[in-house]
Amino acid sequence: MQKSLPRTALRAGIASMAVASLAACGTSSSDSGSEALESLGDTEGSVSILAWPGYVEDGTNDPAVDWVSSFEEATGCMVEAKTYGTSDEAYQLMQSGGYDVVAASGDLTLRLVAADLVSPVNTDLLESYEGIFGFLKDKEWNSVDGVAYGVPHGYGANLLMFNTEEVSPAPTSWDVVFDKASDYDGKVTAYDSPIYIADAAVYLMTHSPELGIENPYALDEDQFAAAVELLKTQKESVGEYWSDYLKEIQAFESGDSVVGTTWQVIQNSISTGTTDVVLPEEGATGWSDTWMIASETEAPNCAYAWLDHIASPEINATATAYFGEAPSSEAACDFRDDCEAYHAGDEEYASQIWYWTTPVSDCVDGREDVECVDYSEWTKAWQEIKG
Amino acid sequence: MTTHRVSAFLAPRRRLRLAGLLTAPVLWLGLVYVVALSALLVTAFWTVDELTGQVQIEWTTENVVEVVTEALYRTVTLRTLGIAALVTVIDVLIAVPVAFFMAKVAGPRLRHLLVIAVLAPLWASYLVKVYSWRALLSSDGIIEWVLSPFGLHTPGYGIIGVVLALSYLWLPYVIMPIYAGFDRVPDRLLEASADLGGRGWRTLTAVVLPMIRPAIIAGSIFAFSLSLGDYITTGIVGGTTQMLGNLVYTNVGAANNLPLAAAISLIPIGIILVYLAAVRRTGALRSL
Repeated sequence: MQKSLPRTALRAGIASMAVASLAACGTSSSDSGSEALESLGDTEGSVSILAWPGYVEDGTNDPAVDWVSSFEEATGCMVEAKTYGTSDEAYQLMQSGGYDVVAASGDLTLRLVAADLVSPVNTDLLESYEGIFGFLKDKEWNSVDGVAYGVPHGYGANLLMFNTEEVSPAPTSWDVVFDKASDYDGKVTAYDSPIYIADAAVYLMTHSPELGIENPYALDEDQFAAAVELLKTQKESVGEYWSDYLKEIQAFESGDSVVGTTWQVIQNSISTGTTDVVLPEEGATGWSDTWMIASETEAPNCAYAWLDHIASPEINATATAYFGEAPSSEAACDFRDDCEAYHAGDEEYASQIWYWTTPVSDCVDGREDVECVDYSEWTKAWQEIKG
Repeated sequence: MTTHRVSAFLAPRRRLRLAGLLTAPVLWLGLVYVVALSALLVTAFWTVDELTGQVQIEWTTENVVEVVTEALYRTVTLRTLGIAALVTVIDVLIAVPVAFFMAKVAGPRLRHLLVIAVLAPLWASYLVKVYSWRALLSSDGIIEWVLSPFGLHTPGYGIIGVVLALSYLWLPYVIMPIYAGFDRVPDRLLEASADLGGRGWRTLTAVVLPMIRPAIIAGSIFAFSLSLGDYITTGIVGGTTQMLGNLVYTNVGAANNLPLAAAISLIPIGIILVYLAAVRRTGALRSL
C-alpha cells in the first residue's frame, strides 16, 4: 500500500496539539475581589440555586410544601434548584460554576469566600435582614472582617436515628454507634464526610475527658488520633455510610440500617413509622446555614430577591420547620408552634451545638501552644478510616 | 450538480480524500484521548491550595510518592484487583457454556432469541440495574426471602454484593465476543475430532479452546477493565467497601484534590497497560 500523509507529520500535529492544550490549562483564574451590589435593578427572569435537600421546595415532593411558587409569582424569577449531600460536594459544584445562590453550612462558607466563589452581600438591600437574631449575624462562618457574605437561614443539630423495633430501650447516648456499635453489627450507619470525625470528637469530650478536647473542630495530633481510632473501630459495625439522604431513607425503611446519625428532614420523610430521633446527652454537631450569592452570578437581582424571600418570617418559618431546624428570626416563630422544641433564639442552647466549621491549623479553640490538624488531613484520615 | 463536481475533483486526489476522511476522527481521538489523558497525567505532578482546593502549577512528585508508599492505596488496589479478577473469572465461567450453547447447539430461531436475551439488559440504564441489585440484596429483599427458609442470609451490601452486581453488568460484554469466537469454529472440525475418536472433553480442550482463546481474552479485557474503573456500583451495593474509583471520586468530589486523584488514577492505567502487554504476548490481540 502506498503511504499517504507522512507519519511524522501526523505525529508532530498530535504532539503540538497536546502542547497547546496543556499550555491552555496553565492559565489561572483572575483574582479580582468581587464587590457587593450597590442597588437593585430589574429581575433577570431566572435564578439557579444550590442547596441542601428540603431547602428549596416547589411542591413536587409534597404539594403542601411549597415556597418557590410564591417567589416565582412575585418576582418573575424562575427557580432552578439542585440539592447536594455534603459540603464538599457543594464546594466542587460551586467551583464548576453555573449557580447564582448557594445555601452553605459553616464548614463550607469560608472556603467559598477564600476561593472568591461568593461575593459580599449588601444587607441594606434586604428588608428581612433586620429581624434576624443578633447572635447569628456577623459570625466567623458568615462574615469576614465585618463584611457580611450572606444571610443566616437556620440552625440545628445532627441527630441520632434509631429503629424503634430493633433498638430498645430508646438510646440516650451516642454510645450505640460507638462503644456499643457491635450490638448492631452491620446495621450501623454514619455520615460519609470527613466532618463526621467531629462527631467522634464530641463523643470523646464526654467519654475520654483525659484527652482534653475543648472543641471538636480543634483537635491536636493526639486528640485527632483518638477520634480516628474510635471511627476505625466503629467501621467494623457499619453497614454503609450515607451522604445521599434518599439512600439513608431507603436503608432505614428496609431495615438495612437501624441506628446512626441523621437529620430531622430524613425522619420526616420516612413513611414506615419504625424510626425515631433523639438528641443524645453528649450534645451533637450541627449546622448554621447561610444563603450566599455566587461571585460570577448573572442574576444578582433574582439572587437578592431570593435571599430576601427565604429570610422573610413566614417563608423562613415554613422552610426551617420542614427541614427540622430553628428559624433565623423571632418573627418567624409567629408562624411556627414548635420554636421552643428547637430552642429558637435561645443563645445558651445554640452555643451547645458544635456548628460545622472548617478545621484549620490555627486551633479554633484558641490554643496557641499546639498546631491543630487541618481539613486536608481530615479528608485523608476519612479515606483511611473507610479503608 | 455540486456533489458531482466535488467527486470529480476528489476522484484523482487520493491523499486529499484520505485526509478528508481521517481529519475528524483523528482530531477527536487526539483531543479526547491523547490530550485529555496527558493533561490528566500531568496534573498528578501539580499541587493544590490547602484551603481553596484550587490546582496550583508547582511541580512536585509528592502525590505519586504518596500513592506508592501509603498503605491505604495498596490495600484498595489489591481489593480492586481481586474484585476485578473474580468478576472476570465468574463471567468467563458463565459465558463459555452459554456462548457454546448459542453457537453450536441452539437452532437458528432459538439462537436469535438468545442473542436478543443477552443484549436486552444493555437497553436498561446502568443505574436501574444496580439499584435493582440494591433491592435484591437488601435484608428485606428477594434473596433473603428465598434463602431464609434454609437458614441462609443475603450477603447484604459489601464486596460480595459488588462482585455479584458487576458480574451481572458485564456478562453481555463477555458472552458476545465468545459467542462470535464459537461461531467461527467450523462444525466440521468438531465432527472430524469425533471421527478420530475424540470424546467431548478431548474435543473441547484440543480443538475448541485453542480456537476461542482470543475471544475469551477479548471478553476478559472488557470485564476486567470495566470492573477496575467502577465506583458507582460500589457506592450503591458496596456498603463500606472502597475501590480505586471511589478514591478517585472522593478526591475529586470531597477532598477537592485533583492532583492526588490524578495520581491514583495512574494505578488502574498502569494495571491495564500491564494486562494488555501480557495479552499481546499471547498473540490474542492479533486475532481479534
